[in-house]
Amino acid sequence: MKDFLNSWGISLMVFGPLVGALAMLVVPKAKEQFHKVVALATSLVVGFIGILLMTNFDYDASGHLQFVVDKAWIPIINSRYIVGIDGISLPMIALALLIVPLCIIYSWKHFPEPKNPKAFLILILILETGMLGSFVAQDLILFFVFFEVVLLPMYFMIGVWGGEKRQYASLKFFLYTLFGSALMIVAFLSLYFLSDKIPVNGEMMHSFDMRILPELATGISTGAALFIFGGMFMGFGIKVPMFPFHTWLPDAHTQAPTVGSVILAAVLLKLGTYGFIRIAIPILPGAAEKWAPFIGLLAVIGIIYGALCCLAQTDMKRLIAFSSVSHMGFVMLGIATLTTFGFQAAIFGMVAHGLITGMLFFVAGSTKDRYHTLDISRLGGMLKSMPHMGWILGFAVMASLGLPGLAGFWGEFPAILSAYDPGVGLNVAFFRVLMVIAAVGTVLAAAYLLWMYQRVGFGVPTKEFEDDPHLHDVTFTEWLAWTPMLILIVVLGFMPNIIFKVTDGAVSHTIAIVNGLGG
Amino acid sequence: MLAQLLTFAWSAPSVDYHALAPEIIVAATIVVLIVLDAFTGERSRWATSSIAGIGLLLALIPIATLAYDGVDRVMFGGGFVVDNYALILQALFVVAGYIVILLSTNYIAEGDYYEGEYYTLLLSSVLGMMVMASARDLISIFIALELVSIPAYMLAAWRKRDQKSNEAGLKYYLMGVFASAILLYGMSLIFGITGSTLLVNIGADLGSYISSQPIITLGIVFVLIGFAFKVSAVPFHQWAPDTYEGAPTPVTSFLAVASKAAGFVAILNVLFIGFYGRHDVWEPLMWALAALSMTVGNLIALRQTNVVRMLAYSGIAQAGYILAPLAVAGATLGTGSEALRSIVVYLLIYAGMNLGAFAVVLAVARKTRSAEIKSFGGLFSYAPVLTVCMTIFLFSLAGIPPAAGWFAKLSIFSSLASAGTASGYVLAVVVGLNSVIAFGYYGRLIRVMWMDEAPDGDRTPIKVPASLSFALIITVAVTLVWGVFPGALTHFTDQVTLFSLLR
Repeated sequence: MKDFLNSWGISLMVFGPLVGALAMLVVPKAKEQFHKVVALATSLVVGFIGILLMTNFDYDASGHLQFVVDKAWIPIINSRYIVGIDGISLPMIALALLIVPLCIIYSWKHFPEPKNPKAFLILILILETGMLGSFVAQDLILFFVFFEVVLLPMYFMIGVWGGEKRQYASLKFFLYTLFGSALMIVAFLSLYFLSDKIPVNGEMMHSFDMRILPELATGISTGAALFIFGGMFMGFGIKVPMFPFHTWLPDAHTQAPTVGSVILAAVLLKLGTYGFIRIAIPILPGAAEKWAPFIGLLAVIGIIYGALCCLAQTDMKRLIAFSSVSHMGFVMLGIATLTTFGFQAAIFGMVAHGLITGMLFFVAGSTKDRYHTLDISRLGGMLKSMPHMGWILGFAVMASLGLPGLAGFWGEFPAILSAYDPGVGLNVAFFRVLMVIAAVGTVLAAAYLLWMYQRVGFGVPTKEFEDDPHLHDVTFTEWLAWTPMLILIVVLGFMPNIIFKVTDGAVSHTIAIVNGLGG
Repeated sequence: MLAQLLTFAWSAPSVDYHALAPEIIVAATIVVLIVLDAFTGERSRWATSSIAGIGLLLALIPIATLAYDGVDRVMFGGGFVVDNYALILQALFVVAGYIVILLSTNYIAEGDYYEGEYYTLLLSSVLGMMVMASARDLISIFIALELVSIPAYMLAAWRKRDQKSNEAGLKYYLMGVFASAILLYGMSLIFGITGSTLLVNIGADLGSYISSQPIITLGIVFVLIGFAFKVSAVPFHQWAPDTYEGAPTPVTSFLAVASKAAGFVAILNVLFIGFYGRHDVWEPLMWALAALSMTVGNLIALRQTNVVRMLAYSGIAQAGYILAPLAVAGATLGTGSEALRSIVVYLLIYAGMNLGAFAVVLAVARKTRSAEIKSFGGLFSYAPVLTVCMTIFLFSLAGIPPAAGWFAKLSIFSSLASAGTASGYVLAVVVGLNSVIAFGYYGRLIRVMWMDEAPDGDRTPIKVPASLSFALIITVAVTLVWGVFPGALTHFTDQVTLFSLLR
């Protein structure tokens, strides 16, 4: 069993969804039930493989890549098919594996116009392959390919199944990300050519292997490293999204179908932050140190700016989208400190934000289904007309504003705290100022979230929706899709160690690389 | 006595028939086609496209055996070389020609357009390309180029009762002749200084004291500008959109893919063998041509309303990408071979994805009788398979994995970065920015197909004839397989070299 998982586990998990998608491709689209069952079954099987991998994962050695597969792929540039899981990628993989089946369950009866479950579900499965692939890839080119593969299904999801301004939003999303990844690939290639060579089959060649690049890249001059880091910063920073590259996000989120928003918020944004932790910082620690104050500053601007924008929103979904900008700011602040504590907080923040914001988008989607509007001023009295849904929204709001005891707290609080004591070589006073401003951001978060909840949840329903028969409470499929997320938000809130323990070894390992070579 | 005189003046060159077999087979097929057309008339019309296709496929056999043999064969005093580089490009031309025949079959038969002559000319042009891949001498390069071009002039004007087609042919012809004149003038200057038409000798001379002669610069620039017309690089591109739009669509695909590739092959031959020593002359020229072509091509493509014109401008932009590695190719021999390989990779992938895109355009036009972007509206609702195919090709052209185009772009980036010079990095960033602009119009077509309604509500499915489907299967397979396993492609392109003369 262990041997099988070692050699095939990851590949099966990553490409499993494609097998399901291929099966669906040959069946005509009229057989909707078949497509739904196959898609759900595929995602569950993939999830099961993921659970097998996680149970066989050696948590005491989470700093080391496990289940590594290393095969030739494009020999001429020495790009290899290298995949593996360590403590940093494991929580991300778990998140992706959880969210996809929940999304499929949720869409069971919620297919947005123009229906066509076959195409929609195939896109979700392709998306799953792209996400999982990005989190396991240990070769820069392989990572780049998966990173881009994620774009395609999302583009179609927003563009075909989205809201009124879907075409504008989908194109904007695509062009922004493409711009970032074009600069990113140039950065990868300059890194490749400037780093040292290693012997491959008796020949000296450059390498894209992320595992050894930190060592190979030590010889790169400071100036070049700053530029290369800049290229990666554009690629990952746009994906996060960091201020001022965030403008695609509110449009994409507002226009995307519910499931698209959920996946976008829960997993896709994490590709950016994951890229910083996994690629940019360990490989170029010297440049990271120079960039860190700048990243920290943008992160904090993002926190405050996102929060202020939230206060100005009239659309519930757009508000949640801007709250994403703000919350991802905390994650980036944690990363910018270049400390073990900050990285741990960032990874926890990524998981927590995934669950909580994903949940908020689910509720927003269901609200839209019933009210046919998300205009906050027209909603009201949800606790009266749909008590369960109202409570779930309240719960998610509390989690999102960082209430202790729920998952959101452990992402935000340590991130702020980590800025008190930033990594070696960083300006302590500057980061403490950032810390204070970020703390103000949490107050603003409480303000806009509670304000939104008051107007949506409290009070009596507006005239328009007083006796609307469409306002039925949470349905069975919704319970099915939401319960796991609600439980996890509580469990992680009480036992944050579940994640901290997994990431600890890997993060220490990464920070050791940063300090060992960067100082 | 006469015999003695002849042997004195002319000794028969040793001919390696194995090395010439691909060309001989294609030439023989041309003869068969002419004879068949002349003596059987109407009755055998249906067979002409099959015979032409079979002839091309047969030509692949000796290409394969030669590649398996792996020995470089040099003939005619070094003017004709069959090596890995030549073979892989010959294979490209033959397969591209075959796919064009598949695209033409129904179009030409249903339009009642002189089938015998059509395939004869098409094969003549392919033959010219095959010779081009092996030509290592100014004269043979010129002859190959004319053999490629002259049939293409006629093919472009094939719909002779259509004004646009006439315009296409005439414009193409006039511009082509003009380019040939410039090219010949440049060649004559080079020949005048070096005293040889053989690229190897020219290369040797340009490496020595002769290279300081200012007239050499003029010669090199003229030769390259002559070819720049052929590959429709900005600012020598004005003929392309009109010609592409007016010519019959299968011919357009042929011009946009095979004929353009032949122009690039000519550039590679003269640059890497003949002019390599004077990279100080051609590197800046190539930099400017590349940057201009991609930027201008992409920006104008954004404004197009006709798919074929859009593809024409996108082809101009792609020509810019292909020229880009040449802007740094002279730095070291390492970057030179990197540039050469990346261009060959790009040409192969470009052929697959662009021919595929034209195949879809042809299939859709069978129903809508139009190539306007609007007429693609709602394609997903009534022709999902064609839509998915077209989407794959467009993503490939835009350079997004897992369609093969990403690897082509990556090769370009990689060869630009490998030079490690500021000009290389700047051009890489220009390519990057252009990829974003380019998605503006590729994305728009995708959007129209997937997200718009059918313009007149007509949702009757499209009947795709067998030959078109086959062409689609080949191109989709190639685009996806090379995208997921680029190793399958680099395995062959890895062997490509052109430096017969090392500095």
